[in-house]
Amino acid sequence: MGNKQTIFTDEQLDAYQDCTFFTRKEILRLHGRYHELAPHLVPMDYTNEPDVKLPLALIVNMPELKENPFRNRIVESFSEDGEGNLSFNDFVDMFSVLSEMAPRELKAIYAFKIYDFNTDNFICKEDLEKTLNKLTREELTSEEVNLVCEKAIEEADLDGDSKLSFADFENMISRAPDFLSTFHLRI
Amino acid sequence: MAARNINFDMDLHHMEVTMESPVDEDVVHSSFSRLIEEQSGSLDQGHGALELEDLSDERRDHVTYLAAPSWAEHGQQRGQDLEVAMVNDPLIDERWSSATLRVLSSMPSRTIGRSRGAIISQYYNRTMQLCRRRQTRPTIRDFSRSARPSIRGYGVESDCGDGSEEERKKDQLVNNLQKLSISDRVRMLRAMPLSVAEKSDLRKRAYNYKEGRPISSSQMSCCSRLKYYIIIALRQSWYSWLSFLHSLQLWQVPLKRVSGRFGTGVLSYFLFLKILLFFNIFLFLINGFFLVLPQAIHRPPPANLSQKFTGLELLTGGGSFTNTVMFYGHYSHRTLTSGCRHSDNASVPTDQPGCPPRLSFNMPLAYFFTIGVSFFITCIILVYSMSKSFGKSFRINKSQGYLAVKVFSSWDFKVIKRTSVKLQSENICTQLKELLGEVSRREEGQSVLHRLGRALVHGLAWILCLISTGGAALAVYYFSEYMHKDLETRVLETRDLETRDLETGQRLLEQQASLLALPVVVSSLNLLMPGLFNAVGWMEVYDSPSIRTYVAIFRNLLLKVSMLGVLCYHWLGRVAADPGKLLLQCWESFVGQELYRFLLIDFIFTVLGTFFGEFLWRMCSQRVLKRKRMPEFDIARNVLELIYGQTLAWLGVLFSPLLPAVQIVKLLLLFYIKKASLMQNCQAPRRPWRASQMSTVFITLLCFPSFLGAAVSVTYTMWTIRPSQDCGPFRGLSTMFQAGKQWMLELKTANPNLTWLTWIHTTMVENPLFLFISAGIFLMVIYFHTQVVDGQRKVISLLQEQIENLVSIVGEDKKFLITRLQTIHEQRRPPSRKTHRASEESCF
Repeated sequence: MGNKQTIFTDEQLDAYQDCTFFTRKEILRLHGRYHELAPHLVPMDYTNEPDVKLPLALIVNMPELKENPFRNRIVESFSEDGEGNLSFNDFVDMFSVLSEMAPRELKAIYAFKIYDFNTDNFICKEDLEKTLNKLTREELTSEEVNLVCEKAIEEADLDGDSKLSFADFENMISRAPDFLSTFHLRI
Repeated sequence: MAARNINFDMDLHHMEVTMESPVDEDVVHSSFSRLIEEQSGSLDQGHGALELEDLSDERRDHVTYLAAPSWAEHGQQRGQDLEVAMVNDPLIDERWSSATLRVLSSMPSRTIGRSRGAIISQYYNRTMQLCRRRQTRPTIRDFSRSARPSIRGYGVESDCGDGSEEERKKDQLVNNLQKLSISDRVRMLRAMPLSVAEKSDLRKRAYNYKEGRPISSSQMSCCSRLKYYIIIALRQSWYSWLSFLHSLQLWQVPLKRVSGRFGTGVLSYFLFLKILLFFNIFLFLINGFFLVLPQAIHRPPPANLSQKFTGLELLTGGGSFTNTVMFYGHYSHRTLTSGCRHSDNASVPTDQPGCPPRLSFNMPLAYFFTIGVSFFITCIILVYSMSKSFGKSFRINKSQGYLAVKVFSSWDFKVIKRTSVKLQSENICTQLKELLGEVSRREEGQSVLHRLGRALVHGLAWILCLISTGGAALAVYYFSEYMHKDLETRVLETRDLETRDLETGQRLLEQQASLLALPVVVSSLNLLMPGLFNAVGWMEVYDSPSIRTYVAIFRNLLLKVSMLGVLCYHWLGRVAADPGKLLLQCWESFVGQELYRFLLIDFIFTVLGTFFGEFLWRMCSQRVLKRKRMPEFDIARNVLELIYGQTLAWLGVLFSPLLPAVQIVKLLLLFYIKKASLMQNCQAPRRPWRASQMSTVFITLLCFPSFLGAAVSVTYTMWTIRPSQDCGPFRGLSTMFQAGKQWMLELKTANPNLTWLTWIHTTMVENPLFLFISAGIFLMVIYFHTQVVDGQRKVISLLQEQIENLVSIVGEDKKFLITRLQTIHEQRRPPSRKTHRASEESCF
């Protein structure tokens, strides 16, 4: 702690600043958070870009995600291998998209991925049911869930294929002024 | 912003041409250029996606997310899935061959935001558009046909592509990125939905290329290199500046904690408080630097009668506080000069004999311009943030699409506390149930009797509220009159009783204490009346909670505005008009003290209200009533209290330049008190809170009645009311505004070279015509702005209709094409790529 250690080179930090919505300081803080998740796995020195990935179970235990009903989907959506293992880059990516500065479109793309449980590039009724059950902790009856699913798809589906493509989703999100402020995690 | 505008233009273009029948392909191509561009751009991606699927690790599994065979290897399984999906569609009930399904699966709508190739290609197109817009040089004809997005290009590319295709696209993207300016490039990079590793690869390539080769033959490489280094250095310093600014951000951790427990709605209150704090810090800095500091350095000899400090002064601002930099009366009417200070004349020319003329400070002038300029800058900041906030929160609200929006955007990702998360899901659950109920009710409709009854209740509630508001305003009016007369008699009595010292002290103390009566009455009315409004609002039934919130806000606002109006009349009409009645030497200081008292008592009442309203209520409901529920944090009411306090502070700046400092302390304390009370006593509000919309409303309210009212009364004071003759910077003048005029006259005689300044002053400040014109222009700009927003709203709704029509037509087309494809495919078995393409082109 006491002696000064280089975690990233200047070039790396510049790259992070150009590619994410974080400043130098925040990148270092994120590294600190990543490091404290698994101190024995994650090295302090990232100058030679070590290939370290943390499993989903560790990431999901962060206080920011712990109580989120969509935590597994969030982590999976941002993991390069699709199984929920996050490298530091993926980790930064995740919080960058969820940060305040990220534009609507970027947020919409990842929100779509998160709600697309079966990763078939559509939000179909099955995805919607899962979303609803997670949202309400399965408090709604199955008829109510059914009704909400039908109505929601009916409202948002523009091309009439009774499932939501990304275009439908984006169009719907553009009418929700609060989406930007709610799809946001403070780290 | 700019990108959006362009989109509008192009889409408008669209709208016009949809009227024509798209028979000729060229016509279609040019008219639907944008749509087709996008489509085909993504078709290109689609192609990339086909190749990519072999490479990418996209796994799919319905339930367990375990590793499953990737799509391309198991086209058959995928095909079956798609068939299942298709069967659900009533219109398409045919069975598709696997080749058709492969094509279907690579359609843009299925790959968007998914595969790397698709994203790169999409951003390639975007950078292209940006390039085209920023610099006219690389026109569309400069690029090869395959780079130019078109439907035909797709047919060719889909067949000849291989792994190097993505590389090529990437190169082109890098190429385009280089053409952009640095800020555009960074913005593009940040917005790309790619992983950081890929982005930094792109970035590295974009920078390397630029350094490696000369940009154009006309430029010298040395020069460009220098430019490059300068740009790098500038960027570095900009980033370090940004991170410095970021480290200055106030209350990062508490705000995170609040949002983690209570969500975005409650957070908006604290953010608003923070905004007010910055406004006050700004005012304090300006006043402190230009008024308080010079005056404090040139302190006049202390007055001989030093009053005893009793402690009551802290509340009333009177007594020994009266003659300090805190209030107007203390400020000098002279030109303060460094080195020697002896200027007895009110209108001293700056070059006195014997004194070096360079360091002189004309106090009256400084007072006048500091207040004026700080109000002006505040006004600009307010209007700017208001319009920005409007832009942010403005979206079309349609009743349609509400349920879907609720499902997908109501979860507040910021909330991280377990109980709050539970509460949030309960809230969403009840809201969904309500919405479902509404959907079914909407179909039923309501009876006339029901509606009539409701209207009656609303009318009654409004009458009650208006009467009580009027009653409160009248009460304040008569009470202030009574207190005014009371003060008169007290003042006269103390003057007569000058002989006996002890009794005088006693009486003075009483007199001071009696001054507190009016603020106490007003603050208690402010505290109690919202409770009455809540009770009245409780019996009303509103369709939507947002209307209920707006009504509550409007009633509270009406109350506060009428109170402040009466008080302004009291100060400017009664006290200032005839200060001799109260034997006041300096009515400005008196009004400043009044405002100080109001601010302080308001703070005390807010704290008491927090304590009783939240803490005791929680204790009561938990201990006595044995209920689990805790009181909710009333955002609207709390924000209105803040606005009221801020109006007082703005009103008082003229009479008490250090009032912003008091307000800063008040806000800081309030932040911690409210936060502590919130954490201890409250639960997250049950009603949905449209945070972005509400913050727009709040900032508008801060601007319109609050700031504008304060500014009008301050200007009125400066222009028309006669300042005190024995104190303050403007003594001896008929109005405060004369200070500038006099200075101009002096300047004219002393320094003929500066006549232009005088001219500017006469035309701009003295001439009311100029003020009217500038105010008129300002209003006009605001008007045009709202008109533009309104027009955009209309255009957007029109476009949305168009899109919906178009999309349904395109959907039909798609189905038609797919069936065609299928039939042709079946006719020419075994399928070859060539026939495929032919079939497609024949379709077009």
